[in-house]
Amino acid sequence: MLKIADKTFNSRLFTGTGKFSSASEMETALLASCSELVTVALKRVDMHKNEDNILAHLNHSHINLLPNTSGVRNAKEAIFAAQMAREALQTNWIKLEIHPDPKYLMPDPIETLKATEELAKLGFIVLPYIHADPVLCKRLENVGTAAVMPLGSPIGSNKGLRTIDFLEIIISQSTVPVIIDAGIGAPSDAAKAMEIGADAVLVNTAIAASGNPTKMAQAFKMAVEAGRMAYEAGLGKIGIHAVASSPLTSFLD
Amino acid sequence: MGTFNEIFEKCDWNETSNSIYSKTASDVEQALNTHKRTLEDFKALISPAAAPYLEQMAQISQQLTLKRFGRIVQMYVPLYLSNECNNICTYCGFSYDNKVKRKTLSPIEIMQEVAAIKNMGFDHVLLVTGEANQTVHTDYFKKVLELIRPHFSQISMEVQPLDLEDYEQLRPYGLNTVLVYQETYHQEDYKKHHPKGKKSNFQYRLETPDRLGQSGIHKMGLGVLIGLEDWRTDSFYTALHLDYLEKTYWQSKYSISFPRLRPFSGGLEPKVVMSDRELVQLICAYRLFNEEVELSISTRESEVFRNNIVKLGITSMSAASKTNPGGYTVEPQSLEQFEISDERSASEIANMISKQGYEAVWKDWDNILV
Repeated sequence: MLKIADKTFNSRLFTGTGKFSSASEMETALLASCSELVTVALKRVDMHKNEDNILAHLNHSHINLLPNTSGVRNAKEAIFAAQMAREALQTNWIKLEIHPDPKYLMPDPIETLKATEELAKLGFIVLPYIHADPVLCKRLENVGTAAVMPLGSPIGSNKGLRTIDFLEIIISQSTVPVIIDAGIGAPSDAAKAMEIGADAVLVNTAIAASGNPTKMAQAFKMAVEAGRMAYEAGLGKIGIHAVASSPLTSFLD
Repeated sequence: MGTFNEIFEKCDWNETSNSIYSKTASDVEQALNTHKRTLEDFKALISPAAAPYLEQMAQISQQLTLKRFGRIVQMYVPLYLSNECNNICTYCGFSYDNKVKRKTLSPIEIMQEVAAIKNMGFDHVLLVTGEANQTVHTDYFKKVLELIRPHFSQISMEVQPLDLEDYEQLRPYGLNTVLVYQETYHQEDYKKHHPKGKKSNFQYRLETPDRLGQSGIHKMGLGVLIGLEDWRTDSFYTALHLDYLEKTYWQSKYSISFPRLRPFSGGLEPKVVMSDRELVQLICAYRLFNEEVELSISTRESEVFRNNIVKLGITSMSAASKTNPGGYTVEPQSLEQFEISDERSASEIANMISKQGYEAVWKDWDNILV
């Protein structure tokens, strides 16, 4: 079972709430995914209303909310938004997203490191969205991050694991859970992420923008489970040809 | 610091126009078959040669928009604060030479209007005025922002171009987005359409997005008034402007609008008429050229057009708009800027969007995010 901070998760598929055609369609798809950690953009939630439409559809005992700071551009704004989220949603978990670049939504490593340090001190469980940068991951561990969320490819691009070489380094040296976030476009990408040893994946666009979000959510659930099983079983090495003879080293026999 | 003017001056209107009109079917096919499209591709996509490829363009546009924005349409509503104006603009109901009684809303009246539009469900408001610098100035805007900020999660403004310092002052009051349309990039014709008032200064207007970018604004909106000049050439300049701004002010978001000249009392006949088919072509061309830019459609367009454009590339839509100060409740008969075309209520529009399998999103920002 996956453990992040004080919580354990049966499902290693984390999901998002954007881009669905309606809140009820979102609810059906997320239930089908069996996801237990669901991220919600603070900017989409109406904190003035008693009953926000998105939150009302996420009110299930197995679903943990992971508010995100999407829209902030620096550490200061992120810390403020996290505090608002904690108050509004009654959770100290925060998905830290600082992208000063609204076109490609690239995360700012410098502001993210600063905000993670500050938020961890304030008692938050911080899950930062970052580029697939192994050094940054170690730096985040040092300042108390609960997990790291490196991207597979640009967010919303559905391009899959373009950063795989760096993800493998991150996974091999991380002491906190590694959740691959952004760019996962197909269940096969999610399976691959799990096969290389990611602790979890976060998928939104590929489910929400598909022709049938509920069916796609199920497909991702199965792919994540399959990928994890394969990782646990241990994948066979890839060989090109048989190694029957040893022409270069046989003189040693 | 350089501005867009340096790029603009290197670009000749007639040459640009000829280059668009000489694009061929093979240029269009090349533009359709690539995944990162250039300004030359954009020219091909807005050219007459692209007309037979409209269905293909619409399909790609729909897919790209779905991937980036999902099945949603952002909702907003204009709030006209004032129709006082010292400019003469040949195409606008608020033009100084249109001798009709003028009105600027008082704080009490603003709050009555706010109550009316909140009642319709809106959470994103677009403040609109003419240009009357003695009464409707930065201090007035500050007061309005202070007044309405607790009631909206997102506030946009479409008022006269301001100085950098003004934008810097207004941002902390909750100003999120500024729309400033060039009207036309045809410099000589711009002068004919804006003979009097501060707006007659073409270059000051042209460099407004630079000032907005320098102020660190979250989002700015560009566009031309379609009907004043050849829309293809004007739209190319808009794309050129967008391309420059995105690279220079990479921390700002951008949106594009495509207002077509609408009738108003005593108004100008459009020099160029753009068909619905051509407007769809333009919307799709923008989406194919730029996957991330927001594309907005107002109530200037007809019901049928708006119903069908929801899934083709646009990302935001106004509804139930009144284009006169006090139009929602305070003084419904005051001078309007133009006649709207789609008169359905906000909930009717939301239902229409929902029937298309999309969701009307009322809130996608928060006023805690300055």
